[in-house]
Amino acid sequence: MTTRPARSAVLTGMRDCIPFTLVIMPFALLFGVLSNEAGWDLLQTFFMSVVVIAGASQFAALQLLQENAHFLVIVLTGLAVNLRMAMYSASIAQHLGGAPLWQRAIAAYGLTDQTYGITINRFTMFPETPTPQKMAYFFGAMAVICPTWYALSLVGAVAGQAIPPEYALDFAAPITFIALFAPALRSLPHVAAALVSIVISLLFAWLPYNLWMLLAAALAMGTGALLEYRLERRRG
Amino acid sequence: MTDLKIWFVILCLGIGTYLIRFSFVGIMGARPLPGWLVRMLRFVPVAVLPALTAPLAVWPAATGGETDPARIAAAAAALAVGAWRRNVILSVFCGLCVLYLMLWLRT
Repeated sequence: MTTRPARSAVLTGMRDCIPFTLVIMPFALLFGVLSNEAGWDLLQTFFMSVVVIAGASQFAALQLLQENAHFLVIVLTGLAVNLRMAMYSASIAQHLGGAPLWQRAIAAYGLTDQTYGITINRFTMFPETPTPQKMAYFFGAMAVICPTWYALSLVGAVAGQAIPPEYALDFAAPITFIALFAPALRSLPHVAAALVSIVISLLFAWLPYNLWMLLAAALAMGTGALLEYRLERRRG
Repeated sequence: MTDLKIWFVILCLGIGTYLIRFSFVGIMGARPLPGWLVRMLRFVPVAVLPALTAPLAVWPAATGGETDPARIAAAAAALAVGAWRRNVILSVFCGLCVLYLMLWLRT
């Protein structure tokens, strides 16, 4: 891990992620603010950001805890929101699967929307990069994204009350998600998959526990893959 | 809402989420996946992220679930710039600019 190419890959990963800290900061701050409003102490807020490190599920769990939902409902809802990470895991395993187990165990912890989005863009652009350098790049991304998430959750909880709602911090997260998938809209099957994903999620948003998300993702993936397969066959 | 319940939720959600993340990258290793699965996986970002975003954009929690022109315009701007320029940061920047411009014009 101390070879020169690996070290430079770590630095590249860190550098590529720095602009993204600006994007996750508001999200982390908001989690801190809201958990503070819910009456959590600093240790609880910090501990959740370190242990769970998945924004959408943290917000969901926080909300349901305030509604005094059943323990199992809260945990299962949070996990349902995070099930997409199994797909990230399978996708990133194509690139990092050859690394030692302890490295994969650490990388698994840092697999988030941001680290996945940034690294998969890089790996798709340079698929021939050796595994150790890919892992180094991923660790670099983690080293920037994870501490930012912890620290800004804490800052949000401490400075909390002073952020007025007109800053619309709520919308930083959706814009991030859009920015992460928009560059992938490079072919008809990709556009079709995104459209199915949007339509199904809106039609089935009434389903409980974010189940609509899994339904939309599964149908969208099927649509994209099938359409791509058909188009390739027609071209011969 | 008891303290114990909060801690228990954090712990269980943390462990469960870790196992989800570990699933493929930890257990499957570099074993080659079947071709149809690899094809499906290439569609993960465009299948998951729009579904995660669309309800938030159309029924934002900040307005109590009421559709908000500023947030729709911001989402559209981020989408258009991202798809056109293939630049994530530029896309976020333009989305936020449109959002704050629209919110400012409204006041």
